[in-house]
Amino acid sequence: MNPKVRLDHAHVRHLLREMLRIRQFEAKCVELYQAQKILGFLHLYDGEEAVSVGVMQALEPTDAVVATYREHGQALARGVPMAALLAEMLGFQQGSCRGRGGSMHIFDRARRFHGGNAIVGGGLPLAAGVALADQMQASGAVTACFFGEGAVDEGAFHETMNLAALWRLPLLFVCENNRYSMGMALERAESEIDIARKAAAYRMAASAVDGMDVVAVEAAARTATAAIRAGDGPQFLECRTYRFRAHSMFDPQQYRSREEIDAWRPRDPIHRFQTWLEESHLLSAGEPEAVAAEVAAELAAAVIAAEAGTPEPVAELARFVTMTEIPQ
Amino acid sequence: MTAPSTTAMTYREACKQGIRDALLSEPRCFMMGEDIGRYGGCYAVSKGLLDEFGEVRIRDTPLSENGFTGIGIGAAMAGLRPIVEIMTINFSLLALDQIVNNAATIPHMSGGQFAVPLVIRMATGGGRRVAAQHSHSLEGWYAHVPGLRVLAPATVEDARFMLPAALKDPNPVLIFEHVMLYNVEATLDPGLREVDIDHARIRRPGTDVSLIAFGYGVTKALAAAELLAADGISAEVLDLRVLRPLDSETILASVRRTRRCVMVDEAWRSGSLAAEIGMRIAEEAFFELDAPPRRVCGAEVPMPYAPHLEDAALPQPEGIAAAARGLVRPA
Repeated sequence: MNPKVRLDHAHVRHLLREMLRIRQFEAKCVELYQAQKILGFLHLYDGEEAVSVGVMQALEPTDAVVATYREHGQALARGVPMAALLAEMLGFQQGSCRGRGGSMHIFDRARRFHGGNAIVGGGLPLAAGVALADQMQASGAVTACFFGEGAVDEGAFHETMNLAALWRLPLLFVCENNRYSMGMALERAESEIDIARKAAAYRMAASAVDGMDVVAVEAAARTATAAIRAGDGPQFLECRTYRFRAHSMFDPQQYRSREEIDAWRPRDPIHRFQTWLEESHLLSAGEPEAVAAEVAAELAAAVIAAEAGTPEPVAELARFVTMTEIPQ
Repeated sequence: MTAPSTTAMTYREACKQGIRDALLSEPRCFMMGEDIGRYGGCYAVSKGLLDEFGEVRIRDTPLSENGFTGIGIGAAMAGLRPIVEIMTINFSLLALDQIVNNAATIPHMSGGQFAVPLVIRMATGGGRRVAAQHSHSLEGWYAHVPGLRVLAPATVEDARFMLPAALKDPNPVLIFEHVMLYNVEATLDPGLREVDIDHARIRRPGTDVSLIAFGYGVTKALAAAELLAADGISAEVLDLRVLRPLDSETILASVRRTRRCVMVDEAWRSGSLAAEIGMRIAEEAFFELDAPPRRVCGAEVPMPYAPHLEDAALPQPEGIAAAARGLVRPA
């Protein structure tokens, strides 16, 4: 275990709670989707919770995040309020983006959460720009850029890796490798499937980590952000993970077998972490249930708050298409 | 390297002085693009800027249009005021994803939490015998996209002052500099310190027909107006200047006065900006017209290399004059 991760009672409880918040939130999203209250696409993070929860532990409030379209976990772990996230998905003006973004486009300026990007790879150049701004302003902040392994297929990935390394940007590349870009298996899409190795071509320090192990992810992210803050330039972190649910709600999953999913089940990051906490007595008996109950209460309150939301007036349709001033 | 204020200045020099102005007055401003530094700019616009401002603010980039345009967007969201130079309009297609899917959408998609105060400059247009991957006029594609402001400086004055104005806009602004204008020289009004980036402008008043143009098309429309004057036809030349949002008011006012109009557009006719303007005129001023709106556009071919073919593919003063004559004195 990396000594940089302090596994005291409060912290392990926090990690479990953060992962449960995402898991429970998304289970509720499925219900609301089936009730046709959430519309459009719904990309679930089920199985990948350890990645964003682990990485976010290494970030300061002054750091920045660029997210993907599978971003509920990234947003919640960054601290985007659950009610604002849900209200956005319900299309209400109380939502993070006043109902303009939806599930795939959550932004939260106060938390330097620079949006879920639904163009695979599209967030990478943007993240490098945020990092460049911090570098030029000598703010000391780090930008964490999340992307799936599918983004590695895109030119934007390679252009950004090169520029980030060339300009030594304070940028943490976080590849959530869940092995499938929609239905395309990694080995069918990439000639080199060891993604962390790609960073070597750009002379960037990289590591691959078990993305189903929240502590391992946190440790790797802390090591990487410490290196960035020390001026070592961008770092690359590949988190090997698995998505238990379909790509979106429209996916019959003909590209993978039931057996494959079942084989990954025992590695479920929440189940595994909780079991380990109980076995090693880091949490007392009944505590995981208490944490789950706390999360359930937070979720229930968020659902009530979000469902009480109101639609953005249609008269506001064109608002923010062009800005009249730059938000500070 | 002081800005000559009263003497004649080329369009190229005016573009450079506009950039200098921005860099001198706005500490958050920097410029990046291909070969803008050591090489001095593909069209020599940025020559000398590296020496004056250093490589942190004048950043040579690798050939990664999508990458560095996206970096400009992120940097703008995070508090800087970047100027991105794209070598030529055809190369901007490599950055189209970042411009259309990010720069133009993020302010709205984020519910107004983020602005993208970014300026993107690029060379556009035909006439330099550089064939089908360096000569097109795709401004109309960008003018299609809500969230962008699209500028086409047709004069040395606009080349000098549009960029500093664009830098003050909280929205992404695209500036299209026509390659045939870089060597054009003019004397600037020494009292002039700024221009607006909202309005079209009448470059030559007239009473019989409105020639509506932008970029280098304005030069050609002015030449056509001379030809028409020799025939006793008084043509008004309207320089659009701003391709998005279009200044419908000035366009309609001109057409209502002259009751006839010819749109000049180097771009392909189908789906062109000329089509949009013509339709706005048809919607708003149909019953005030004495003749149907006409267009003189680029031929619908990839731009050919050979001079006689390229000239035939582009609007020319004679063709513009002929179209106008046909409206004023129908056969």
